[in-house]
Amino acid sequence: MKRVGVFVCHCGTNIAASVDCAQVAQNAQNFPGVAYATDYKYMCSEPGQELIKKAIKEHKLDRIVVASCSPRMHEPTFRRCIEGAGLNGYMLEMANIREHCSWVHPDDKERATQKSTELARMAVAKVLNNTPLEKSQIPVTKRALVIGGGIAGIQAAIDIANAGHKVDIVEKEPSIGGKMAQIDKTFPTLDCSACILTPKMVEAANHPNITLITYSEVEKVEGYVGNFDVTIRKKARSVDMNKCTGCGLCSEKCPSRVPSEFEMGMTTRKSIYTPFPQAIPNKPVIDRENCRYFKLGKCKVCERVCPAGAIDYTQEDELVTERYGAIVVATGFDLFDYSVYGEYGYGKYPDVITGLHFERLINASGPTMGKIKRPSDGKEPKNVVFIKCVGSRDEAKGKAYCSKTCCMYTAKHATLVREKIKDSNVYVFYMDVRTPGKGYEEFYTRTTDQYGAIYIRGRVSKIYQKGEKLIVKGADTLLGKQVEVEADMVVLATAMVAQPDAAKLAQMIGISYDQDNFYTEAHPKLAPVETHTAGVYLAGACQGPKDIPESVAQASGAAAKVCALLSKDEMATEPIISQVNEAICAGCGMCIPICPYKALELKTIQERVQGKTIERKVASVNSGLCQGCGACTVACRSSALNLKHFTNEQILAEVDALCL
Amino acid sequence: MKYAYYPGCSLSSTGIEYDLSTRAVAKALGIDLWEIPEWNCCGSSSAHLTDHLLALALPARNMAIAEAEGLDVVIPCAACYVRSKAVEVEVKESPEMQKTISEVIEREYTGKAKARALLDVFANDLDLNNVSALVNKPLQDLKVACYYGCLLVRPTKLGFDDAEDPQSMDKLMQALGGTPVQWSFKTECCGASRSLDKTQVGLTMIERILSAAKEAGADCIATACPLCMSNLDMRQGQAGAKSGQTYNLPVFYFTELMGLALGLNPQELGVNKHFVDTSAVVKKVVEGKGRRETA
Repeated sequence: MKRVGVFVCHCGTNIAASVDCAQVAQNAQNFPGVAYATDYKYMCSEPGQELIKKAIKEHKLDRIVVASCSPRMHEPTFRRCIEGAGLNGYMLEMANIREHCSWVHPDDKERATQKSTELARMAVAKVLNNTPLEKSQIPVTKRALVIGGGIAGIQAAIDIANAGHKVDIVEKEPSIGGKMAQIDKTFPTLDCSACILTPKMVEAANHPNITLITYSEVEKVEGYVGNFDVTIRKKARSVDMNKCTGCGLCSEKCPSRVPSEFEMGMTTRKSIYTPFPQAIPNKPVIDRENCRYFKLGKCKVCERVCPAGAIDYTQEDELVTERYGAIVVATGFDLFDYSVYGEYGYGKYPDVITGLHFERLINASGPTMGKIKRPSDGKEPKNVVFIKCVGSRDEAKGKAYCSKTCCMYTAKHATLVREKIKDSNVYVFYMDVRTPGKGYEEFYTRTTDQYGAIYIRGRVSKIYQKGEKLIVKGADTLLGKQVEVEADMVVLATAMVAQPDAAKLAQMIGISYDQDNFYTEAHPKLAPVETHTAGVYLAGACQGPKDIPESVAQASGAAAKVCALLSKDEMATEPIISQVNEAICAGCGMCIPICPYKALELKTIQERVQGKTIERKVASVNSGLCQGCGACTVACRSSALNLKHFTNEQILAEVDALCL
Repeated sequence: MKYAYYPGCSLSSTGIEYDLSTRAVAKALGIDLWEIPEWNCCGSSSAHLTDHLLALALPARNMAIAEAEGLDVVIPCAACYVRSKAVEVEVKESPEMQKTISEVIEREYTGKAKARALLDVFANDLDLNNVSALVNKPLQDLKVACYYGCLLVRPTKLGFDDAEDPQSMDKLMQALGGTPVQWSFKTECCGASRSLDKTQVGLTMIERILSAAKEAGADCIATACPLCMSNLDMRQGQAGAKSGQTYNLPVFYFTELMGLALGLNPQELGVNKHFVDTSAVVKKVVEGKGRRETA
């Protein structure tokens, strides 16, 4: 005799305000198979769980329904709870009477109560068909992959490596360092970015547990938590890393110059180059698109001058496949392309630049050796205008969200202009000044009070060139007046946006992303570094706009999760996977292309029919790869495929309970 | 090429030279303009400040007549164009509004007949190489400040050109042999009716455009809007008087410059109907070297 216990949760007032929970429990008592039903204020709390455990013992319950919230958060909680009372964790069903009921129609208690009762009735019908399931163990590959070698990736890798695990960093550029390497000073302390970043880059490079795979990109991700098989494309560097000593002679002699990406196009680099002098690894690559030899078939200057004989024009891209237990995605951000702003000149005025250009202009190793000179004529600007929220908080032309860092870096830029050019005037056009962070508000106050930056609340409607000056027209909404500034240079705080290939990478790894292509965390509050895919974690601005302290904190958080995963030799796998009834499988193979995890294949079996042994093909599920999505069970024409815990019989029982 | 033609009220009064030049140029280019019979006022700002349905129904009637004829409507005036475009968009987006409007005007209008700005038609429907081929008095050495006004290319999602830095008139002037100047006031507001109710505000706005055109080195301004014309031309003396400036910047409808370049009779284009003397520019074009022999 099956004995079901039903436990209805009030969730404080989240459910109880619009559902009569006691009534639902009373109704549930009459459902077939129900031996006991009750309600309680917080079922997930310690006393709530005790209540369930006690009832299991007292009423000899063998399966449980909890009518409460979405199973996303608390299914594991209640599984652990009933396991504590000696039941199999899969003898649990949750009826979601919060997200599916009380929250969506809070104004009709009577019908909400009725709906909650029906949801509980379905859950009872299903749990009556549940069977105990056992987790199996799989080995964990004790090695992590970090995708992206910016500050977030570097920090995550160092933390994982310090815990004693092997880590590989894959970076698409020739050097690690990311955007932080381009930045001059960091707020709110104004310490030099390079001085705090480069030691970490060196630490990552020298760490016995860290392998740097630069100038490489992830091409394919297969497998599952504990055992990801990742294919990495190592782009041809055209330089033998083992022979190269990093002397730099090749770059010095290379005759071809192209705009430097690192310097935001404000100066040039050679075709054989390292992105910046402190690059790690400090060994060059040949940019084949611009190299004279690769374009014209003639030149080979670098080969001639290289004392180590390291130049190798015949190198080809190399594909390697490695196995990792966990992946940290730390691919960073890109900057909004402000050329959609016609009112700011569509990017046609050379002295209208972005904040990142400005970082290079004030950087001692930048194109102007740290002297602020405007790009058009190299003159020192006297009037500098900063415009915030360019592409942020602008649904018409840009993104709806706030990019979070711009208020602070603009305050920093304003401070630096006033510090370096004593007779300068700095104007900052802003919508709001947002400075939540330790020491941030104080920094902003210093910018206005001590450094005398003039903050103007309002948007800029137009910038136009008048002789050597840029006329900036805008509104001062506090004065209620239009203002016009004759500027020598304008710096735009352009929005932080997702990398252009962010969606492609997400699809490759199998993680979700939002409407702006930022990667989605598993829970915005309680699982901020996890993704919905087990074993894949997030760090830094690929998840949303972030400053350096936040990126570093998240990276360490992701590292902690990876370490917890890699600390075990084996891990339990979810038993909710598909199974094949070979007796009725026709071997049609319809399920194989449907499966997004490549978990299905055809195998040949032998069986005896009417005294003869025959061979035929049937579908076979790889239990390691199957994620239990159920797509194959829908595709199967003979119903030979069935998803454990969501079997056809269980689902139909729910439908019958509701409709019959 | 045949279009329904909606001249609108301004083109039979203050903007008569816009009408004259439009018809003359269309004829020269082989474009057949079928004037909408018994057309009515588009309602302009007055209707659209009074009542939403009235503002839609007035232009809808004109559009419906054209739709029955199976023609798109070409509209020279920027305000008439925007009001007519507004009803076209609204009936396409809202079947209820389409029904209401059709009931009110007692004609069927489904949005099939499109409202087209004259500038859009001249610049985009014709192959500009063909227009160039018809030029026999190129606007040689004539620096033109192409002024689109604030209305013609907005709102952005409905516009036929870029809302901040439109190019269609510039390309057209180039095809006529002229030199469009680079300036940043192409879509700046001329003050519209401010010159009537708050004259000082209006004059400030007008002068800003005039001084920007002058600074950009323009010989003349080309416009596509009768109200912009009134402000920039009729009010030019007043606008300059404030700062003691004499601008002496002739203002043309872009169609007048087209007519001159095509070698049409200046009198028939109405170029003598302006406040700021246009004769120097007209003379320069008419007495110019004439059609260059192209290699």
